[in-house]
Amino acid sequence: MFDFLDSGQYDVLGAFWVTVQLTLYSAAGSLIWGTILAGMRVSPVPLLRGFGTAYVNLVRNTPLTLLIIGCSLGLSQTLGIDLAGDTFKETGFRLAVLGLIAYTGTFVCEALRSGINTVPVGQAEAARALGLSFFQVLTLIVLPQAFRAVVAPLANVLIALTKNTTVAATIGVAEAALLMKEMMENEAQALFAVFAIFALGFVLLTLPTGLLLGWVAKRVAVKR
Amino acid sequence: MKISKAAAAAAVAVALSLTATACGGSDKAASDGGASGGAKDKIVVGIKYDQPGLGLKTPDGKYTGFDVDVATYVAKELGYQPDQIEFKQAVSAERENLIANGDVKFVVATYSINDKRKERVDFAGPYFLAHQDLLVRADDTSITKAEDLNKKKLCSVTGSTSAQNVKTKLAPEADLLELGGYSECLTGLENKKVDALTTDNSILAGYAAQEKNKGKFKLAGLSLSNENYGIGLKKGDKELQTKINAALKKMVEDGSWQKAVDTNLGPANFKSEPAPQITEGS
Repeated sequence: MFDFLDSGQYDVLGAFWVTVQLTLYSAAGSLIWGTILAGMRVSPVPLLRGFGTAYVNLVRNTPLTLLIIGCSLGLSQTLGIDLAGDTFKETGFRLAVLGLIAYTGTFVCEALRSGINTVPVGQAEAARALGLSFFQVLTLIVLPQAFRAVVAPLANVLIALTKNTTVAATIGVAEAALLMKEMMENEAQALFAVFAIFALGFVLLTLPTGLLLGWVAKRVAVKR
Repeated sequence: MKISKAAAAAAVAVALSLTATACGGSDKAASDGGASGGAKDKIVVGIKYDQPGLGLKTPDGKYTGFDVDVATYVAKELGYQPDQIEFKQAVSAERENLIANGDVKFVVATYSINDKRKERVDFAGPYFLAHQDLLVRADDTSITKAEDLNKKKLCSVTGSTSAQNVKTKLAPEADLLELGGYSECLTGLENKKVDALTTDNSILAGYAAQEKNKGKFKLAGLSLSNENYGIGLKKGDKELQTKINAALKKMVEDGSWQKAVDTNLGPANFKSEPAPQITEGS
C-alpha cells in the first residue's frame, strides 16, 4: 500500500523539513512582531494605540490564503518586491514567512494582551511611582509576568501556525502540502495512504509541541 | 438471534446501496425532482470548471469549451438531450474518486491516459492529442527548444504533471514557480516576472484565446510531451466504453469534432493535430 514511497520519487522528509523551517522562522518573527503590536495597543500614545487596534482587527480577520496570495501576486509579481530572493524558491519562502508573520503576529498580540491583563494594575502603578518610563514599566515589570501567564495560549498559536504553513503551497513553497498535491496527482490508487502519511506527519509535529509547552506553562506560571 | 438480525440489516443496506448506485449517480437529480420519478433521465458528467476553451463554467452558469462539447455529443449518442446533462466539477486530484464512487457517469476533463490511472479507472478514446507547451509574451522569441528553459523563469500549477515534467525531465535547472491556478501565472507573465507558463497546449490556447488576453501572449509551439486525453469511466464497464468510443468515432467522422476544436481553440492560432486513433478498449 505504501510501496510508492520506495520509488525514491518523493522526498517526504525534505518537504516536512521545509514545513518545520517555515514554522520556526514565522514563530520567531511573529513573537517579535506580536510583542511590538501588544506594546502599541497598551501604550499611552493614541496614534500607536489606533494603529495597533486597526492592524490587529484588519489582519486577524483577513483569510490567511488571501494574505499569502497577496504577498505573491501583489508584492512580488506586480510590485516586484522579491525580498532579495534570487529564485522563486527563495522568494516564495520569504514571502510566505512574511505573510505568516503578519497574520500570526496579531494572534500573539492578543494572547499577550490578555496576559498583560493578568498583571495586577498595582504593579504598573508602583513601577511608575518609582520613576520608570512607560517602556521600562512594560519591559521590566509587565511583559515578563505577562509572558509567563500566556505560554499555553501561545502554544495554541504555535500549533495553529504549524498547520497554517500549508497555505504556503499556494504560492509554490515546496513544503508538505505541495508534495501531497503532487502525490495525489500521481498516486490516485493510494489516495488514503498519501493522506494518512501527511496527517500523521502533522500530528507528529504538533502533538509534542503541545505537550512540551503545556509542561512549560505549568512550570513558569506565576502563582497568584 | 442477534447475528441473524445484523445479517438481515446488512443485506438490506447492501441492497439499498446497490439500487442507489445502479442509477449511476443520478441520486442528486432524484432528490431535486422529489418523487417525480424522472431520476433515470439525467446523466452526470465530470468536467473542469476553470479552463477556458476546454471546460469553463461562466458567471451566468453556462458551460463552454471543447470538453463540454465532446461531453454533450457523447451524451447525445448515449441517448441524453443537452438539458438532461448535469455537469459536476472534477478537479484533477478527485477524478478517479468521482468515477470509482459512481458520482459521475464519465469524466471529460483534460484527462491524460496513463497506466497509473488505469489501475483505478478505464478510459475511452483518446479524443484529443495535446502536447506540453509554453505560453510566452507575444514579442518573446528567445525560447526555441526545451534546453532554453534552463535559464528561464517558468510558472505552472502546484503538483501538476507539467510542473513535475519540468522538474524531473525537461529543465531541472529552470526557476519554477508553482501557483494555485494558471490564471495566477498570467499576472506574472504579463509583468515579466516569469518568462513562460507551461502546461498542455490545449489549455494554454484557451487562455490565449480569452477576450481579455488577446494579442498579449502566444504559444511557443514546442511539443514537450504527448498527452492523450481520454474519457474516464468506471473500471470494467466495457459496454459504456464501447458506446463512448463509437460516439467519438462518429463525432470525428461527421465533422463535429473539427468544428468544436475550431470554435473553442481556434482564436489562439492553435494548430491542432488531427483526431487521434482510438486505442482504448478496442
